[in-house]
Amino acid sequence: MTYVIIGNGVASIGAIEGIRRHDKEGRIVVIGAEDAAAYGRPLISYLLAGKIGPDRLALRGEDYYVKNGVDLKLGTTVTGIDTAKKTVTTDTGETVKYDRLLIATGGIPFVPPIPGVQGADIYSFTTLAHANTLIELSSTIKRAVVIGGGLIGLKAAESLFDRGVAVTIVELAPRILSGGFDEKAGRLAANRLKKVGLEVNCGVTAKEIQRTKDGRVKGVLLTDGRFLECDVVVVAIGVVPHSAIAKEAGIKVERGIMVDGKLMTSAKDVYAAGDVAQALDQITGEHRVVPIWPNAYNQGYASGRNMAGAKQPYLGGLPMNSISFYGLPTISVGVVNPPEGDTAFEVHALLDEEKETYRKLVFRDEKLVGYVLVGDIDKAGMYTAFIKFEMPLAGEAKDKLINAGPEVFLWPAELFDETWNPEPTKAAR
Amino acid sequence: MKRVYPDKDFCIGCHICELACLTAHSKSKDLILAYTVERGQSGLASCKHVHEGGPTCVALSCRHCDEPACVAACISGALQKDPETGRTVYDRDKCVGCWSCLMACPYGAIARHPLEAKIVKCDLCFDRPGGPACVEACPNKALKQEER
Repeated sequence: MTYVIIGNGVASIGAIEGIRRHDKEGRIVVIGAEDAAAYGRPLISYLLAGKIGPDRLALRGEDYYVKNGVDLKLGTTVTGIDTAKKTVTTDTGETVKYDRLLIATGGIPFVPPIPGVQGADIYSFTTLAHANTLIELSSTIKRAVVIGGGLIGLKAAESLFDRGVAVTIVELAPRILSGGFDEKAGRLAANRLKKVGLEVNCGVTAKEIQRTKDGRVKGVLLTDGRFLECDVVVVAIGVVPHSAIAKEAGIKVERGIMVDGKLMTSAKDVYAAGDVAQALDQITGEHRVVPIWPNAYNQGYASGRNMAGAKQPYLGGLPMNSISFYGLPTISVGVVNPPEGDTAFEVHALLDEEKETYRKLVFRDEKLVGYVLVGDIDKAGMYTAFIKFEMPLAGEAKDKLINAGPEVFLWPAELFDETWNPEPTKAAR
Repeated sequence: MKRVYPDKDFCIGCHICELACLTAHSKSKDLILAYTVERGQSGLASCKHVHEGGPTCVALSCRHCDEPACVAACISGALQKDPETGRTVYDRDKCVGCWSCLMACPYGAIARHPLEAKIVKCDLCFDRPGGPACVEACPNKALKQEER
């Protein structure tokens, strides 16, 4: 059995570990376009900020690939998939035969068609190479504009600021972190950034990137008429699934590569996982592209198990983000912005602006379906449990959760016993 | 693998397991020094926590899950599954303190270190000759380490 994995990010690592749980013998080939062995992609902001050195980036130990019997081909891009012949071809001229194929090519930065966006001095912030470029630049540039106030944009902004660059963030939405956080959490985070010295502008975006005669960036003209002088622009609107290779092979792609309950695509023995896949979402029951780290690992792992014949379905992902801004920790899980006016949802929010703490709980059908924590995050996992295990929370139990916080004694007795003190035959792993 | 299983029917909420954990993970290996000095100075903290719900109590810590949510969520590779021992292992030097594991673990078994951007999590006292200190110290055998 030969497993070929296209991509060498965290979904790929998950897949290796999923395969090896069930198949210690099969050959695994990993083809990665980047030059580095799998690294903690979110760590590039820590690297750019100077908080860690390059020696701390690797996600697994030096002997990991050898120990797991993985033939690792780095700096190699797959140029075509032939699902009939079951082969992939690479830009190094190789043809690799597979029995099972995993497409884990991740996402690529989305660059909107702003006038002037093509050309020098425009950067993305999603790869180690991007981070290294910005580190090099940071000693010579004075001002940067970051377009996009989501997780990637804010982290790029914070790290550039830590390198001594004056940074202005522009965000089209009325608040930063509009995807995973609500208005109050976004404001607490924005206040922390402003206090430190970053400029945060919401409700505006770049109308045009203006350039000098020789093509260098002069600054950004905003939709409200202001002009922000700068040396570089970082475009961090988001990522889109890197699915071209699948489309060309005739594999079904909607927003991302469509996968079934075992993460197999429309082509037999071809699977997809991570930011490129449109997979099951636990809460909505729909297939969505949710480009977050834990989902990528879990989908990789589940696809690995299934490729190795374990026949275990993927149970669906849960959107979740944990991110700190200059010492202010924030966590959001599940549905945090229920549709306005939808009476199926019940929201309980507690804000203490002075202490910079916030807690929002979102219920639907007497179950917790989402939460946001800012400042005091210590009980996050216990809240996650109620969402993940879809525990019923009626009457007193819900009141206790709201008033006293999550507690393991609110769990149904059966789940409690299976989890913590199971009969040997019922031990849940 | 042998895991530690807490039995709420036998737990008397005495917190002795927490103190045993504290001592086992201290530099001095002395209960009084661990509690009075190391807790304050180096942020020494117990991996075990006694939960109380009315008359019931139970001492919980990392379950060393077969497929841990913390490992999936870890952005730095600090948390990994050791395929040989089955333990969920934590490499403090790799941890950047992003709290993703704390968010993902539905068992509330990961805590923030009191002083540093690191976590506190049960290591099953892997290098302790007598096995987990909490199990050894429990006066009512509410904690058992066994294969199930």
